[in-house]
Amino acid sequence: MRREIVTSIVGIVVFTALLGLAYPLVITGVSQVALPGNANGQKVYVDGRLVGSKIIGQSFAGHPSYFQSRPSATEGGAYNAAASTFSNRGPNGKATEQADAGNIKAYLALERPYDPGLSAAQIPVDAVNTSASSLDPEISPANARIQAHRVAAKRALSLNAVDSLVTKYTDARGLGFSGEPGVNVLELNLALDRMKGAKAR
Amino acid sequence: MTFFGWLTIFVFVVILSALALPLGGYMAKVYSGERVLLTPLFAGPERLLYKVLRVDPDRGQDWKSYAKSLLIFSLAGWLALYVILRTQDAFFVPHAVNPLGYHSAPWNVTFNTVSSFVTNTNWQFYSGETTMSYLSQMVGLTVQNWLSAGVGIVVAVALIRGIVGRSPKSLGNFWKDLVRTILYVLAPISVIGALVLVSQGVIENFSAYLTAHTLTGATQSIAMGPVASQEAIKELGTNGGGFFNVNSAHPFENPTAFTNLFEMLLVLLIPAALVFTYGRMTGNRRQGYAIYATMMVMFLGAVVVAYVAEAHGSPAQHAAGLHTHAIAGSGGGNMEGKEQRFGIAGSALFDVVTTVTSCGAVNSALESFTGIGGAVPFANMSASETIFGGVGTGLYSILLYVLLAVFIGGLMVGRTPEWLGKKLEAKEIKLAGLAILITPLAALLATALATATRAGRASISELAKGPQGFSESFYAYLSQANNNGSAFAGYTGFVQPNAGTVGAHGVTFADVLGGLVMLFARFGPIVLALAVAGALVGKRVTPAGLGTMRTDNPTFVVLLIGVIVLVGALTFFPALLLGPIVQGLTGHLY
Repeated sequence: MRREIVTSIVGIVVFTALLGLAYPLVITGVSQVALPGNANGQKVYVDGRLVGSKIIGQSFAGHPSYFQSRPSATEGGAYNAAASTFSNRGPNGKATEQADAGNIKAYLALERPYDPGLSAAQIPVDAVNTSASSLDPEISPANARIQAHRVAAKRALSLNAVDSLVTKYTDARGLGFSGEPGVNVLELNLALDRMKGAKAR
Repeated sequence: MTFFGWLTIFVFVVILSALALPLGGYMAKVYSGERVLLTPLFAGPERLLYKVLRVDPDRGQDWKSYAKSLLIFSLAGWLALYVILRTQDAFFVPHAVNPLGYHSAPWNVTFNTVSSFVTNTNWQFYSGETTMSYLSQMVGLTVQNWLSAGVGIVVAVALIRGIVGRSPKSLGNFWKDLVRTILYVLAPISVIGALVLVSQGVIENFSAYLTAHTLTGATQSIAMGPVASQEAIKELGTNGGGFFNVNSAHPFENPTAFTNLFEMLLVLLIPAALVFTYGRMTGNRRQGYAIYATMMVMFLGAVVVAYVAEAHGSPAQHAAGLHTHAIAGSGGGNMEGKEQRFGIAGSALFDVVTTVTSCGAVNSALESFTGIGGAVPFANMSASETIFGGVGTGLYSILLYVLLAVFIGGLMVGRTPEWLGKKLEAKEIKLAGLAILITPLAALLATALATATRAGRASISELAKGPQGFSESFYAYLSQANNNGSAFAGYTGFVQPNAGTVGAHGVTFADVLGGLVMLFARFGPIVLALAVAGALVGKRVTPAGLGTMRTDNPTFVVLLIGVIVLVGALTFFPALLLGPIVQGLTGHLY
């Protein structure tokens, strides 16, 4: 019995040193040397200023010259990347229906002036359903195509120019078959800002 | 539903099987003490570890001794983790490993968390990025990700040895099995896995949280941390405790559709491989194939139902006027609580992978799944980890069901049941029966307590009205009793108004009940499985006769599925009716 207790305690100490210190430190060391960009969160800088992470979504609400991200349920404002959260709205919840209906209304109010004839039935689900992490960096290509009308109008660009930008920043399915294609909203908006002669209003 | 969705599922199953088969053979060699590819690399460290631990690796243990080592080691791990988590903000902890200065969570939440990680459950009432320091994540939680996985695996190995062994001491040595599991199985795959994850965008650093100035002029705080190292073992050891609150839905834990596939493979790899290990170690690979077929049939059934249900969309979406079918440029379906890069198929598949095993990592919000889509994880857990299951736990769970199936088969043909040449008698059947009943007992009793008392209902989220409230509670205790750890995440055990646990308090009822359920439903079956091993190990082996029921053919696969489904349905069906099935059948909103 005593022998087992001693072995257990020594075991916990030794394994903690190996698996809790050595292992993460080795992985961190190798990652920081070989893949520092990824290991540090794919930071995006504009003129030396950190504007976000390429793979963490951010909010563009209230700025109609930008493509808009998906709904987010984080506390302390949308896209709080220090407190990821699910919306936890159930499939049969009145609250879910109301949230969806509210998002549909807001989406139509924003997009219909630039895309006449747009109806609730045509809205891609990702545009009005909260993502899992509430930090989804992507929107569906269908969602982006609708928003392109507004962005083109707001920036005095041709729809074609914006559409080709959307195509450029659409990530294909993983390995060509897995998951869904998605448009990285931050990258797309950065590309818009970089476009010659395109002024955000 | 889309062609690519079905293709993803198909490709996943093919790759999994192709990888699990050779890994199973490799692991059989590891546990038989044979020379393997990595022996030159690890033989030295292995001997050194035995020396430091002061164990004689060649000393065989009987089942009681094996169980005793396991329990004392787990208790030591429990105490160590409790101390680490409770001293997170103590004066002797350097600032660099707690850059945000987070305080410790209160005792009740810590009790739950510690019990959760030591039992390989990884149920989380806390949210990683607002509660845990980097040190707690590393030397606390990551360590138990390894050790609890190792403990699960060695029990399965001991049970196999009990089935084929001839003398009481031939169950093996707990310490040797644990060391070899960590060195030869978990370590190489984790290290490679972690680096693959970083190469795809999973972060691994010790920075303070970033402050970004977004394009619209707002500031955004972005959580950081040593994620990849924990992520790899989290999946590989079917632990499932997320570094971040939203687990594998977080872009820093699971950045692409490729990592999504990769992480699912890591989850199922060892549970699937162990089935082939079993076939090898019994000297009849067909035994392994039969169990693999049993598991795969049930797994595919679950995947199909979940995918179809989620692609169909939810009553709330339809009531709001959304059309949920796939259109050009959008996969459609129930995207509430799902990430664009995974889509419906990648989310449904991940959800099934994680609930058939005892992993419990999620890449989508289970609480937002449709009624029937959400009934799938319930059903998976009602099968008590027999559909691949957790690392080790899955194999020993299904072997107990095999024992039961052989017994029932024996009753049907009117002969004394035999299993791999050993006669099954009352003792083994009683022990196996008891082991099988512990999980449902713990899950249902706790659910009843939690829904019948005001203290229990305090944990139900405000959004969960009507049957959703029951589903939430039931899921919480079913998940903890299965040592799964996935959640209908609205269920609360920790009220945390601010990051860093200032002004936070735990919900004692839910924290303690959940913690006890996890401990009971983990170590109860482990001890009983080892007792079954002990009861079988000394039995004389008689060659199979004409009347012996075979356990390696399709007939037995059907019988085994029947027994699992029947036991699961008989114990859980009434409770399932009250929650997810009602939700799936009605279009009514609550």
